[in-house]
Amino acid sequence: MIAISLLIVAISILLIPFLNVKWKGIVTLLTVILIAVIGGIISVKALLGDKIEFILKGTFVTGEIPIRIDGLSGWFILLINFTMITGALYGLQYMRSYREQSSNITLHCIAYLGIQSALTIICVVQNAIVFLFAWEIMALSSFFLIIFEHYKQDCIKAGVNYLIQAHVSMVFLYLGFIWVGTRMNSYDFRAITEFSTSFPPLTSLALFLCFFTAFAIKAGFVPFHTWLPYAHPAAPSHVSGIMSGVIIKIGIYGILRMILLIKTDYVLLGFIILFISVVSGIYGVMLAIVQHNLKKLLAYHSIENIGIIGIGIGLGTIGIGTNNFLLTTLGFAGAMLHVLNHSLFKSLLFYGSGNVYQSTHTMNIEHLGGLAKRMPHTSVLFLVAALAICGLPPFNGFASEFLIYFGLFKGMNHGNLFSTLSLLSSVFGLVLIGGLALLCFTKAFGVVFLGSPQHSFSHQPSEANTAKLIPMYLVMGLIVAIGLFPIFFLHWLSEPLKLFKDKLSVATETMPPVSDIAYTMQYIGWCAMGFISLAGIIFFTRKQITKQKPESFATTWGCGYVGNTAKMQYTANSFIRTYRKLAKPFLSIHKKEVLIKSIFPEKSSYETHPQDKMEELLIDIPIKQMKYFFGKFRFLQNGNPQFYILYGFIFITLVIGLPFLYGAIISLMKFLNQL
Amino acid sequence: MISFALIIITSLFFMGIIIRTKSIASGRKGPGIFQPMKDVIRLWKKDAVYSKTTSFVFQIAPSIYFASVLMAILVIPFGQYKGIISFEGDFVFFAYVLALGKFFSIISAMDTGSSFEGIGASREALYSMLAEPAFFILMGSFALFTGHTSFHDIFISLHFGSYISYALGVLATFILIMIAMIENSRMPIDDPKTHLELTMIHEVMILDNSGFDLGLILFATNLKFAMYGALIANFFIANFQMYLTIPIFFAVQIIFAVIVGILESFSARFRMNHNAQFIFTLTSVALMIFFGVLMVIGKFI
Repeated sequence: MIAISLLIVAISILLIPFLNVKWKGIVTLLTVILIAVIGGIISVKALLGDKIEFILKGTFVTGEIPIRIDGLSGWFILLINFTMITGALYGLQYMRSYREQSSNITLHCIAYLGIQSALTIICVVQNAIVFLFAWEIMALSSFFLIIFEHYKQDCIKAGVNYLIQAHVSMVFLYLGFIWVGTRMNSYDFRAITEFSTSFPPLTSLALFLCFFTAFAIKAGFVPFHTWLPYAHPAAPSHVSGIMSGVIIKIGIYGILRMILLIKTDYVLLGFIILFISVVSGIYGVMLAIVQHNLKKLLAYHSIENIGIIGIGIGLGTIGIGTNNFLLTTLGFAGAMLHVLNHSLFKSLLFYGSGNVYQSTHTMNIEHLGGLAKRMPHTSVLFLVAALAICGLPPFNGFASEFLIYFGLFKGMNHGNLFSTLSLLSSVFGLVLIGGLALLCFTKAFGVVFLGSPQHSFSHQPSEANTAKLIPMYLVMGLIVAIGLFPIFFLHWLSEPLKLFKDKLSVATETMPPVSDIAYTMQYIGWCAMGFISLAGIIFFTRKQITKQKPESFATTWGCGYVGNTAKMQYTANSFIRTYRKLAKPFLSIHKKEVLIKSIFPEKSSYETHPQDKMEELLIDIPIKQMKYFFGKFRFLQNGNPQFYILYGFIFITLVIGLPFLYGAIISLMKFLNQL
Repeated sequence: MISFALIIITSLFFMGIIIRTKSIASGRKGPGIFQPMKDVIRLWKKDAVYSKTTSFVFQIAPSIYFASVLMAILVIPFGQYKGIISFEGDFVFFAYVLALGKFFSIISAMDTGSSFEGIGASREALYSMLAEPAFFILMGSFALFTGHTSFHDIFISLHFGSYISYALGVLATFILIMIAMIENSRMPIDDPKTHLELTMIHEVMILDNSGFDLGLILFATNLKFAMYGALIANFFIANFQMYLTIPIFFAVQIIFAVIVGILESFSARFRMNHNAQFIFTLTSVALMIFFGVLMVIGKFI
C-alpha cells in the first residue's frame, strides 16, 4: 500500500510540470485526496485497534526500516490528511489569481505533494535515518510553499528565517538520534527505549530535552517560536492554514512519540513541559492582541494554542509519573483532541483571512471594517472559528479545553504542595489565556468585519466564490460536530490513549472508571445542543414578537452628531490601548507619534509597531553581537584578488605543511625522550 | 429546577430593591420594587430603531446573550437539589457560557461602528478577562477543599466546622459580590447612572439597542444579579430542610441587593485606570482562600 501511494506521488510529481496550469491544480488535488484515502484507511484500522507493523528490508545506509502504525500515528495521519484536503480544495481556488506564474505553480504543487507524503511518512516510519530524510523533505517543501511570492522581499526573508530555524531543529534531531545510534548501534526507534532503560533517568531526561527542543522549534513553543509570526503572513493563505493547522502539529506528534519511547522521570518532565506550555500560551496570546496584521495575529494564536496542547501533555505526563490513571487520560485526551480542534479552527481562520486578503489586498486590520455586509459567508465562518478558538461552547474548542481544565482540577487533589501549586498556576494561566483570547478575537472580528469600512478601496470587496467557501463549510461542519458530539471523537481517541495508559504500572490506586469522563463529555454535548436550541427559541420568539412592528433605521448614536461617523469609529489600536498599557512590561512596542502641541490644529499622527521582546533578546541581540565580533575580521574580505590568492596559498601550505610539522614535532619529542 | 424558579422570581424584584435602597439613602421615596421589571416589559412591547451600520451580528447578539445567562442559571444548584444541568466540572461550563454571551455583547457593540461603544466594549473585554481568574481560583480552592468538581457536590459537602472555613466562606462571599458587581458593571467599577458616555462601560455598549432587544439585555442583567446572589446563598443554605432554605435564600438575595444599593449610594466610581488593579486584587483574595484551603487540608506543612 505504501509502495502504491509513493508511486502515485512520484507519478504525479513527474506529471505536473508537463500539464497546463488548470490541470496542475486538479492533478495535485486528486493525488492529495487519493493519498488521504489510502492513509485514512490505514489509520482508521489503527484507530480501531488493528496495529500494523512490518519491517522493510531497507538499504545499506538505512538498515532495516520498521513501519509501525499505532493509534497515535493513526490519529495524526487522519487529522493531517483532512486539513491537507481542505487546504488543497481551498488552494485550488486561491491560486487562480496567480495563474500566469505557471512554473511557480508547478513548484508549489510539487512541494504540496511532498509535504503531505513527508508528514505521513514521519507518522509511520520508525527508523531514525528515514525519519530525518522525511523531516528534511518536509522542511524544504514548506520552505518552497512559504516563498511562493518570492518576488516580495518580506516573503523571501520569512522563508529564509524559517529554513534556518527548521535546520536548527534538525541539528537537535541529529544529535539525539546519533547519540542513541552510537550507544545502541541501531537506528530503530526501539533503541531509544532501550537507551533510556539502560541509562539513569537523568541521561534519558537530557535525551528527551534534546528531542523536545527540536520538536518545540517545529511546534512553536516559546522561546523557539520566532519563525512562526514571519512565515505565516508571508505564505499564501491555504499554506498558512495547513502550516498552522498540521505542520506545526508534527512537532507535537514528535513530543508525544518521545514520551512513549523514552522512560525517564516523568514527574519532573511533566512539570518542565507544563511550565514551558503555560509561558507559551500566555506569551503567544499577549503578543497576538497587539498585532495589526491579521495573519500575524493568527500566527501568534498558534503559539497560544500550542501552549494549551502542551498543558494537556504536561498534565498527562505528570499523570504517568504519579501513576494516576485519571490525569493521564484527561491530559492526553485533552491535548490530542485540541490538536484536532486547533487544526480545524485555525485553518478555517486562515482561509477566512485569505478571502479577506483576496478581496481587499490588505491584511492590516486598521484598513478593514464593515466586511460582514460585503462578505456574509466569510464573516459567519470566521465568527464560528473565532468562537471555537476562544474555547467557547457550543463549539469544539470548549470540549478539549474542558478536558484539560477537568484534569487540572482533579489533579490538584493528588500530589504534594508543589504539584498543587503548579497545577493551580496552570489553571490561572489557562483562564488568562481564555480571557485574553476573547479580547483578541473580539478585536479581530469586530474591527475586520463589523462597523463601517475604514478605508475606501478602489473596488468594493465582494464575497469569495462558492468553490472557495465549500472547503470552509466542510471545516465548520466538523467544528460544530465535535462541539455537539465530543464523545464520538473521544471514542476514536481510545486507541492512542491506550498507548499512554500502558505506561502506567499496575494501578496502585483504584482506577476511576473512564465512563465518568465519557458521561461528562456526553453531557457537554447535550448542553451544547440545549444551548443552541435555547438561543434558537429566544431568537424565534423575538422574531415573532417584532414581526408586526415597523423597523426603522437611523445613524448610530454619536452624542447627537448625526453625520458620517466612519472616521470616529473605534479602531483596533484604541480597542486594546488599556490592555497595552497594562501589559507594557512584557511587550516591546515601538511608538511613533506626532502630537498637537500648539492651540491650532495641525497634522498629528500615531503609529505603533509591536515587536517580539523574546525575539529581540534571544535572537536579535546575539546576532548583533556576533555580527560585531565577525565584523572585526572584515579586513580579510578586502576585494583584492591578490589577497585571495594569498589566502589560497596559505591554506594549501598549511594543509600540506601541518602533517610535516606534526611529524617533525613527534620525531623531535621521540628524540628528546631518548636523550 | 427549584433554583431556576427561585432565581427567576428573585430577578423580578432584585433591581427594584437596589433602586429603592439607593433612593431611601438619598432621601427620596423611590419607585416600587417591581418598577424595573415593568420597564422591561414595556420595552418588550416597543418598536425598535436599528443603526444603519449594523449587520446580522447586532440582530442575533441580544438573544444569544440572554440565552447564555439563562444557560448559566440552569447550572446553579439549590442546597441539596441539583440544578437542571449538573455534571463534574460544570463551573467551567458556567464561566465559559457566560463568556460566550459576553463575546456577543462585545461584538454587537463593535457592530454599530460608534466612537463610544468601542470604549465600552474594550473595557468590558479587559475587565472580565481580569475578573475571570478570581472565579476559577475560588472554585478551584473549593474543589480542592471538598474533592468535588461540580457546583452541587461542592456545596453539599462544604461542612463548616473550623473557624478557618467560616473565614473562607466570608472571603468567598466577598469575591462573588465583587465579581457580580464587575460582571453587571455596577458601582466601584462602573456607574450605571452616569450621563457621560466616556465614563460608562456596560451602558455605553447598549446605546444603540432598543425595543425588545434592550428589554432582553436589561432582564439579563437582573437575572445575572439574582444568579450571583443564588451562588452566594448556596454557601449558607447547606443541607437544611426546604422550609428553612427558601427563606434563607430570599434573605441572602435581599441582603445582597441592599448591600449593592448601599455600596452604590456611599461610594464613588474608581478612576478608569485604577479599575484593572482593583479587579486583579480579587485574584489575590482568591489566592488567600486557596492558601487557607491548603492550610485546612494540611498540605501546607
